[in-house]
Amino acid sequence: MRKLHTFHGGIHPDEHKLMSSTPPSARAPLPPRLILPLQQHIGVRAKTVVQAGDKVLKGQLLASSVGMLSAAIHAPTSGTVVSIEFQAVAHPSGLPELCILLKPDGEDRWIEHSGFDYRALPREELLTRLRDAGIVGLGGATFPTHVKLNNAQGIQTLILNGAECEPWITTDDRLMRERAAEIVQGIEVLRYLAQPAETLIGIEDNKPEAIAAMQQACNGSGIEVVVIPTLYPSGGEKQLIKILTGKEVPSGGRPLNIGVACSNVATACAIHRLVNHGEPMISRLITVTGNVKSPQNFEALIGTPIDELVQLAGGALPDSNGFIVGGPMMGLEVTNAQLPVVKGSNCIIVKSGKLFPAPPPALPCIRCTRCVQVCPAELQPQDLYWFAKAKNLGKAQSFHLFDCIECGACSYVCPSNIPLVQYYRFAKSQIWANERDKEAADLARERHEFQLMRIERDKQDKAEKLAQKEKAALAAKAAAAAKTQGEPDAGTGADAAAIDALRAQVREIARPVSEQPPEKSA
Amino acid sequence: MLTALLIMSALALLLGAVLGFSAIKFKVEGNPLVDKIDAILPQTQCGQCSFPGCKPYAMAIAAGEAEINRCPPGGEEGIRKLADLLGKEFIPFGEDTAAPKPKSVAVIDENTCIGCTLCIQACPVDAISGAAKQMHTIIESECTGCELCVPPCPVDCITMVPLPQTLQTWKWQYPEAALEKTAP
Repeated sequence: MRKLHTFHGGIHPDEHKLMSSTPPSARAPLPPRLILPLQQHIGVRAKTVVQAGDKVLKGQLLASSVGMLSAAIHAPTSGTVVSIEFQAVAHPSGLPELCILLKPDGEDRWIEHSGFDYRALPREELLTRLRDAGIVGLGGATFPTHVKLNNAQGIQTLILNGAECEPWITTDDRLMRERAAEIVQGIEVLRYLAQPAETLIGIEDNKPEAIAAMQQACNGSGIEVVVIPTLYPSGGEKQLIKILTGKEVPSGGRPLNIGVACSNVATACAIHRLVNHGEPMISRLITVTGNVKSPQNFEALIGTPIDELVQLAGGALPDSNGFIVGGPMMGLEVTNAQLPVVKGSNCIIVKSGKLFPAPPPALPCIRCTRCVQVCPAELQPQDLYWFAKAKNLGKAQSFHLFDCIECGACSYVCPSNIPLVQYYRFAKSQIWANERDKEAADLARERHEFQLMRIERDKQDKAEKLAQKEKAALAAKAAAAAKTQGEPDAGTGADAAAIDALRAQVREIARPVSEQPPEKSA
Repeated sequence: MLTALLIMSALALLLGAVLGFSAIKFKVEGNPLVDKIDAILPQTQCGQCSFPGCKPYAMAIAAGEAEINRCPPGGEEGIRKLADLLGKEFIPFGEDTAAPKPKSVAVIDENTCIGCTLCIQACPVDAISGAAKQMHTIIESECTGCELCVPPCPVDCITMVPLPQTLQTWKWQYPEAALEKTAP
């Protein structure tokens, strides 16, 4: 039995998991239209390679990855590209994002595809294939998997995250119960790439069936299934690493700094689909729960509108008032039912006033430090709140604002109902905005200073040229004066000298360029 | 007694020499305060402060010749930062100062442009590309939105377009609204 460690704090919110984890998952039928945002991952927006009107096959590349930190997007089914336009997406800003609109033709015809022997491929080639298949982390952050694995070689521990600690969500639970063998095949690819000394799967003890299924599938493979106590947010990457290894990811660092790589079990499953079947990331398992008739998990195509899935789950009950994309702790509240499911969407919760009552009015902070007791990042949330509220961003940063994982545990326990995480999000994005402004200002300063320098340089060049000309004129004048001394009858001396100087100048101008002394031709 | 005097004067001479040497060796070029002020200013080089650029304004502030509330692109946030740096009180924008505007970039209507190069000469950050009798265009990423190119244009083909918000530039709002609404 492995010795488990604990992370600081944590909370026990009501789970609400059984209703959606009990029925087996179902495949969602083809929706009438699919909306595919070009930015479904962390990094650079993918670049479209199709045009409106194009007929595409299932699995065909629609948008390719740009540069290293990016991921490709593929057609989830066969059909016609209707348009490429800005559409509403599930983002807190509510800003539209460039999307490919696809009208399925109902045939669901695959492009030619097949699995491959990953062990026969060089490492780089395999990583490139992961990128071109659009594989990103399905745990929620949608970090491109090939980037994560690029530097992970010969690491100490590979951790598969099956904790799924957030209430209501049950996709990983169902996935592990139903496709344990597939997950293990995907893990083998990850192990091949990362060459870890040990491979662990962390699963919370509220998922006994998933634990049993994974244990059976991992039997004899050298992968260890570790049962961890249920405590939110044990599924946070840094928290899970702490529980399983006792190591802490340094502030501002990545798990790789301590020889650990962490990946979601659903990502492993997606890698299996690619390697053994040649299928890019075009669908995912998603929980539809909350105020619906029959909560369930669905294998939904990426780009399916929320509305379609809610209908599959029996439709929203009459007293519903919106949706949460993601979990209740870290998810995003939306009202538009036409928003698409993207690679990072793991759950849709239909809201109602009864299930999610509006938070009572926020009261002043009484500095009870309950938030300190539950903070899994061991921060001082009440101080961070204080600084963020006062817009004292430098101070907030020095209190390690950027170590906050926005898990919402502090807001959950706050007796004054202060929306603490909103303050942290505000402070973080304000700091980023200030950094962008500073970069722009530095660039402008540099360019302005260069311009001033250039103008000054041009002025000097001009002055030098003028001085040289004058010098030449003076010399000519002196020469002329010397000449006139020998011829006393040639009119008044001064006039003659001036005329000679002029002549000298005219000669100079009339002389071909090649004869001019080099310093003057500059 | 004499020894003591000698030692003290020798020490004084030595220390004086060290101080004199370091004053020359470690001489601070320019006024460091100017650079600190200049770092806060937004570098639009727009001249709305009545000085010909951000650096001259910073020098005037450092010399105590100008108030800190003359920079509209810096916004109130800028005044606050200057006040913090200089240990002064925050003062609102003066009546003669233009109101802050949303960040914009200049856009040249390329059909109307006659290629006179006047805007190129006006641009403080060389963000306009073009040549005589050739169409000009603005390098958007370099444009500071200073509007200095707008008045010289003889055919009025330059307009200031506010930068649209994108997912990359969007930021979370201050949650104050929520708090105010619910405050007793």
